[in-house]
Amino acid sequence: MTESALPTTAETERRPRTRFWHDLAFWGLLPSRLLMGFALILPIFIIAAVSVATRGAYGGFTWDFNLAGYTQILFNEGWTGELEFTPQYLLIIIRTFLLAGATTLICLAFAVPVAYFISRQPPGRKAILVYLVTLPFWVSMILRVYAWMIILGKDGTLPNLLEILGFQPGMSFMFNDGATLTAMVYTAMPLMVLPVFASIEKLDGTLIEASHDLYGNRWVTLRRVILPLTAPGITAGAILVFVPALGAVLEPTLMGGGKQMMMGSLIQLQFGGGRNWPFGAAIAMTLMALVMIFLIATALRAARREAMS
Amino acid sequence: MNKAIEVKSVSKSFGAYQALKSVSFDIGNNEFFTMLGPSGCGKTTLLRMLAGFESPDTGSLLLNGKEVVSIPPHKRRVNTVFQSYALFPHMTLEQNVAYGLENLGWEKARIRNRVGEMLERVHMSAMAARKPAQLSGGQRQRIALARALAPEPEVLLLDEPLSALDLKLRQAMRDELRTLQRDTGITFVFVTHDQEEALDMSDRIAVLGGGDVQQIGTPTEIYEEPVNRFVADFVGETNFLDVEVLETLGGQATVRTPFGLDITVPATGSAAKGRATLSVRPEKINLGNQAQGIANGITFEGHVTSKNYMGGYTHYTLDVAGTQLRASRRNASREGDTIPVGATVPVGFVAGSARVLAA
Amino acid sequence: MSIRHDVKRYPGLGPLTAFFFLYLYAPLAVIVIYSFNANRVAGVWTGFSLKWYGSALNNAALMNALETSLIIAAIATTVSTLIALSAALAIIRGKNVRFRKLSETVVNLPLLLPEIVLAVATLILFSLIDIQNGMVRLTIAHSAFCTPFAFLPIRARLQGMSLDLEEASADLYADRWTTFRRVTLPLIFPGVFSGAMLAFLISMDDFITSNLLATGGSTTLPVYIYSLIRAGTSPELNAIATLLILASLVLATAALLVAARGTRENAEP
Repeated sequence: MTESALPTTAETERRPRTRFWHDLAFWGLLPSRLLMGFALILPIFIIAAVSVATRGAYGGFTWDFNLAGYTQILFNEGWTGELEFTPQYLLIIIRTFLLAGATTLICLAFAVPVAYFISRQPPGRKAILVYLVTLPFWVSMILRVYAWMIILGKDGTLPNLLEILGFQPGMSFMFNDGATLTAMVYTAMPLMVLPVFASIEKLDGTLIEASHDLYGNRWVTLRRVILPLTAPGITAGAILVFVPALGAVLEPTLMGGGKQMMMGSLIQLQFGGGRNWPFGAAIAMTLMALVMIFLIATALRAARREAMS
Repeated sequence: MNKAIEVKSVSKSFGAYQALKSVSFDIGNNEFFTMLGPSGCGKTTLLRMLAGFESPDTGSLLLNGKEVVSIPPHKRRVNTVFQSYALFPHMTLEQNVAYGLENLGWEKARIRNRVGEMLERVHMSAMAARKPAQLSGGQRQRIALARALAPEPEVLLLDEPLSALDLKLRQAMRDELRTLQRDTGITFVFVTHDQEEALDMSDRIAVLGGGDVQQIGTPTEIYEEPVNRFVADFVGETNFLDVEVLETLGGQATVRTPFGLDITVPATGSAAKGRATLSVRPEKINLGNQAQGIANGITFEGHVTSKNYMGGYTHYTLDVAGTQLRASRRNASREGDTIPVGATVPVGFVAGSARVLAA
Repeated sequence: MSIRHDVKRYPGLGPLTAFFFLYLYAPLAVIVIYSFNANRVAGVWTGFSLKWYGSALNNAALMNALETSLIIAAIATTVSTLIALSAALAIIRGKNVRFRKLSETVVNLPLLLPEIVLAVATLILFSLIDIQNGMVRLTIAHSAFCTPFAFLPIRARLQGMSLDLEEASADLYADRWTTFRRVTLPLIFPGVFSGAMLAFLISMDDFITSNLLATGGSTTLPVYIYSLIRAGTSPELNAIATLLILASLVLATAALLVAARGTRENAEP
């Protein structure tokens, strides 16, 4: 027993759990790896391959390398085989982005004040309000879109109401981007409110008091204390709303009508009536790439924010 | 001494960090044995090895003479009182205490009797049907004890069980633990970083530091005869003086103190000629008239530079020819605290109460 | 409020929140109200009637679709919950898991990709390996995309549960299986239950994948409703919708109550 070098820094309580938790890892993860490998990862590789395959004469495809699926997004092949720029599909991509972005922003504009208000309620009422936010989420999405068809459509609630108020009868608000956006916002709303609420609720109330104590008014406090501290919830909500919104199918199909397509409905069309699988696959790959870029950018931002605080 | 536990050359690393470096010691039957040390000293790792949640990289562990390293936790007749108590929140107190007995395959009637007996013993019978969330910290602690003692383990392991309690309760629980250990005759292995707890309760203490056993001994031995600077520093407060050993003879050493005095005091075996450290506990240093006329004493003069009134005691900081010394004096009467800052007073201690340690 | 200057109060939030809830529930109320309309044209109110409920309940195609959906959801929920449970145990409790983060991402993959992409990708796979049976197709696809929904609550619950409890169980002579059955599973049960309910909901609700993969005999409820909607709004559709909304709300409330009770009762002190 000699005097030994003592640990200079106090090691935090190290409690590794070696022997008790053996080999759980391999067998526990095997089923999920098999399922996801077969039903997810394999299909993704296949669709990537199909996106550079050749369209079959009667639907389907043949395994011949062909970039037509991708060039078709921007160009149209003329009579003589020359490529002519056509913005038709580019516009769909842009519309998809704008609608998904608008959905996210509108949801956010509602979610922050509502979540803040709910977080300030006494516990009992708070639980009930959170429950009420969650509840519509359990109602089938297709029915939630359908509700807006009844409200905005011909002979719908809103046109009827306006008629009573003296506006011209027979108005319809359907089959345009506004209708699509309305339904998208409505279906996505709980997905934004809940994570923002979870974040706001964790906010320490004395921080708001400290901000006021240091001469910050409500606006300054909101901008410089409340919002920065709820950023994780806002980011989570934005992902939960934006990613599905980019891939929206039901809303553009039902509310936007055949003309006002988004990428999701365009893809679906290629595998249904349109029957151009390589083109559909190319659009799907594009959509997936856009989503990945967004997710990676968000993750990087979150990592940087974490590193700073 | 019958050995309940034998730890033989046990080492353990977590990555690059060596938690234990070839540790060996024995724990006797019916002993209240404490592993004392700062966080990161390896005491919890050692306890978890005894329970079976960790295994040593090298070396062996014997429980009543039988090798246990390869035996999983649920087959070791060893029970643990966890630092967090780890009471099952979905079970009543009764169910918690019965859990181990059920897994051992006891008969229903016997389990019922034993659970009743254990709850009685920790004064929790009235709350048998409650769940852990409804209990106070002290009550949870008692249930954790009852649960761990119910199966009559060969050894009871206690992982800092008092650290979550408030001060008053902690003192009461110390007495209760000590009584339980004497009554049951079960070997207790207690882990703590609190030296007072260790000194109060233990039959023997192992002081651990830097993944190694620094000293093993009775509480008095650990406090009065520390073998090295680490033990003297970690257990209790002390003054360290840099001294030069002039000569050693039969457990005694004559040293030259920084303030010029040559004194002969007890020394550890490893103290050799040359530089060494002299340790004197503050309460062993007498001041003023108490310092005069000590038989076999060492007396010199010091200058009081500051003092801290602590109620029962007053701590003085003294300057002795440029060396700082701390002394504490019991305030035996209301007028006990009478030495003013700035005074020059006689300072002295009994030679036998100081100790020379290897540098 | 006795506080003169409540700095945490922002004016106008109360009315805004009230409006918000009106906005959330009014559209559902509209469906319910119209379902009682005697007139065949949904938007023109001519009187109160329950007749559409009669025809809804006697609609054989609807009942078939409901049965199909329930069968698929039941299988998918069971499969995905079991897979999620085993993955969560491995990821949270496993020792030396290689690629822990990646394994978790794989489980959560369906959440990260747009459903339509996965749906068409799976469609291509199934036509390449010639799986024609709609029920088989849907069961596999649903099991896959329900897994992360089952996984997340289980994972959260497991992570919040102290390892000490499982070690205490082992210390008290319980083997691995007994520990799982008597300690781990009861304590993470609220998470497992929530996960299973979510998986069930997501499966019952799915339109995009089901619509692409379904074959003649495997029309699910949302796919059937979609076909009704395409045919035009009708009071019978409103009655069906009302019944489904009612069922969802009752089920959701029951599920939330059970989960809340489980969480409260087994709170770790």
